[in-house]
Amino acid sequence: MSPTGQATPGTSPSMSDYRRREQSITLSSVEEQLDQASTEELLTLNFGPHHPATHGVLRLLVTLQGEIVREIKPIIGYVHTGIEKTAEDKAYWKVIPVIERMDYLSYYFNAYAYCGAVETLLEVEVPKRAQYLRVIHMELNRIMSHLVWLGTSALDLGAISMFWYCFREREKILDLFEMSSGQRMHTRYFQVGGVIEDIPSGFAHKLNGLLEEMPSRIDQYGALLNSNEIVLQRLRGICPLDAQTLLSLGVTGPLLRAAGNPWDLRKADPYCSYEDFDFKIPVGTVGDNYDRYACRLAEMYESVKIVQQALDGLPEGPHITEDRKVALPPRHELATSMEALIHHFKLVTEGFRVPPGEVYFPIESPRGELGCFVRSDGSSKPARVHMRDPSFVNLQSFSHMAKGAYIADLIATLAMLDPILGGIDR
Amino acid sequence: MPDATGLELIAQELRRTEGAEEGASAGSPVIETLFFRGRGTLLVEPGRIRAVLAHLRSRGYAFMSSLHGVDHHPHEPRLGVVYELLDMQRVDRITVKLALASDAPEVDSVTDEWPTADHQEREVYDMFGVVFRGHPDLRRILMPEDYEGHPQRRDFPIGGEPVIFTYNERQSLGSAE
Amino acid sequence: MKRELLGPPGTGLGGRVDPDVLRVRNLNARQLLRGGDLEGPNPSAHLEGADFERHVEESVMTTTLEKAVAWARSNSFFPATFGLACCAIEMMSIVAARVDVARFGFEAFRASPRQADLLILSGRVSIKMAPIVRRIYDQMLEPKWAISMGACCSSTGVFNNYALVPADKFMPIDVHVPGCPPRPEALMHGVLKLRKMVQDDPDMGWRERYDARGTEEVIPTVGGLGGVDAFQEPAAVSVPPEGDTAGA
Repeated sequence: MSPTGQATPGTSPSMSDYRRREQSITLSSVEEQLDQASTEELLTLNFGPHHPATHGVLRLLVTLQGEIVREIKPIIGYVHTGIEKTAEDKAYWKVIPVIERMDYLSYYFNAYAYCGAVETLLEVEVPKRAQYLRVIHMELNRIMSHLVWLGTSALDLGAISMFWYCFREREKILDLFEMSSGQRMHTRYFQVGGVIEDIPSGFAHKLNGLLEEMPSRIDQYGALLNSNEIVLQRLRGICPLDAQTLLSLGVTGPLLRAAGNPWDLRKADPYCSYEDFDFKIPVGTVGDNYDRYACRLAEMYESVKIVQQALDGLPEGPHITEDRKVALPPRHELATSMEALIHHFKLVTEGFRVPPGEVYFPIESPRGELGCFVRSDGSSKPARVHMRDPSFVNLQSFSHMAKGAYIADLIATLAMLDPILGGIDR
Repeated sequence: MPDATGLELIAQELRRTEGAEEGASAGSPVIETLFFRGRGTLLVEPGRIRAVLAHLRSRGYAFMSSLHGVDHHPHEPRLGVVYELLDMQRVDRITVKLALASDAPEVDSVTDEWPTADHQEREVYDMFGVVFRGHPDLRRILMPEDYEGHPQRRDFPIGGEPVIFTYNERQSLGSAE
Repeated sequence: MKRELLGPPGTGLGGRVDPDVLRVRNLNARQLLRGGDLEGPNPSAHLEGADFERHVEESVMTTTLEKAVAWARSNSFFPATFGLACCAIEMMSIVAARVDVARFGFEAFRASPRQADLLILSGRVSIKMAPIVRRIYDQMLEPKWAISMGACCSSTGVFNNYALVPADKFMPIDVHVPGCPPRPEALMHGVLKLRKMVQDDPDMGWRERYDARGTEEVIPTVGGLGGVDAFQEPAAVSVPPEGDTAGA
């Protein structure tokens, strides 16, 4: 309702308050709700959900005083897919493609968090080769996620040609994913117990080629942006947030590392053979937008190092656990062994059963701590799958970061926050 | 992770400190301890969750990783809330669980002590219907605000479009029937 | 030759060309069309028969206004930036250098729906987002087209649950592109198929491509076996009438 008491056009009295607010053009009811002392100075602006700069369907209610942001309220749920509910309806094996589509830029991480949780419940051992292959694919995915972040963030800031450079490298990484699993995105490569297939011949050669040229490419990105006057003006000293506030808000990942806290699960609580690799954790000092940008850029170099070490040290062995009750037997065995046939049949129709229990399995995704909580009740379908998504928790820090900044800084901060709405909304 | 004995020590401390404060009639806040797959879990009484979390914070678990809900349908009390805590100094994780009956699913909000719980409690409210008393802004976060029902509960139907085969093709959209 | 303009511009006579001059121009044009050479020794000579046909084919393009407009429209789609979920990343890939949508003229992604004419719905449409998508589609000006990219908006894809709506339920879609997510080449194929649709190119659907018209199975209705009714009311296997590509 507008302040004069007349109904806003297009609404009917029987409509709920929420619908009326959604259809209102003036957002005047929202201003009243936000309870500002002097409403004549403040303008409430609706950003999105359809907006080129919001990195997905994020809706922001921004209260502005002139160009300065006074308050931000993020409204999410516009791409809520009910992934967790769908996962309860499928066998454990079939949940993997569903759960991969959550945080859609880091699909290997989603799959690994879930597979790791189920492997913990099953107490199944993942062979060393499978762990190294997982690390290779996860770190390639980290590089790819940072490339997309860099391309789209630079696009938001106005450095439009960065988009094409970053996506050029991304295509090469996606070629590698296509070589190993047949799909560019959402590859269903990680399975419970290992990976679905060993890497084909030629993969190592192509990967080596990519790793040789990747550091020079990242140098080129740095050369374009690091000392660029516009980038410095828009990112240096803008919207800093100290590590203590970030920790209380539950923020992890490059945002926390930019603020100076070197918390990285790969080093602090190593999983999946990360302790075998030698890499550094880039840490910022001030915690402003420039540090967030620099941290992610430096992480790309480190990921290249990890992949190189994993590829050089790739051990021989099976690519998935030998436990036939969990992993499908190789196809040639089906012709000769009756047990293999029975196992195959059981796994494909009903799936394996997981002993009852609950487990929370956290890993380090490109955006922070990605945790998967799986509760099983002894049947072949999970009773609850919850993904603790880093972007969902990091979004709470956005209003703290952007208070008192200009609108342009708001856009830059949102870009540096790297939210992925698929993960936020699930 | 606190190993099994460490977990029992923590539980004993909680029983001693928190139970003693409230008086003997209130009983211990810890109902049960579980040690499963190397991770310790405390099952606590819903009314004492703030005190338990504050005690754990004083013991070093100062980072709340995750706050999420579970539905234990058909076991009563069916609605559970799980708090995952992390001690960054000693790289230690501990889980705190509570269970609420579905006819009175209310629990105190911990948002003022742990600001990370803000959106996460809203999500538990949206998906399970658990009301967090004292939450600054308890509205639906993922579903539209006027949605009815709590989707993640086990007895909520999964919904969706029926798959069209030839036998039910006539009821599909685009057909004359 | 008389002065071309009857009067200076601004008067009632200006801007109009002298009718005699117009007539001379018309005759010259006709000479040119017939293959005559205006400057040559015999300006009124013209070609006959086969030579004339060849000359016309080489130098004149005939079309209708509709076709010309359709050709222009189809080669300059302005897609609206509408990325919802994972398919949006593959949609960004078609703008990138490997599958370059700028080759076809579609690189001008417009942020405002008022300036766009193609809505590429890329990603899952949740029930909270559906009214907003509809409002964006309504804000677009005619002529407008919509491509539903990916399995999630065409049907509900992988997630057949309470939270998603297939896009067909609330807005008209012209082309569905399957895939999860569709490869950039697949999306490009979908966009080019839309381009053919807009150009009224009849190469649509498998029945034309495989010359399969007349091979459909007609199952008789409840009333009788064969007869007139069977052809007028097809049952389980629907046979679309000629020219209707909805069943393709």
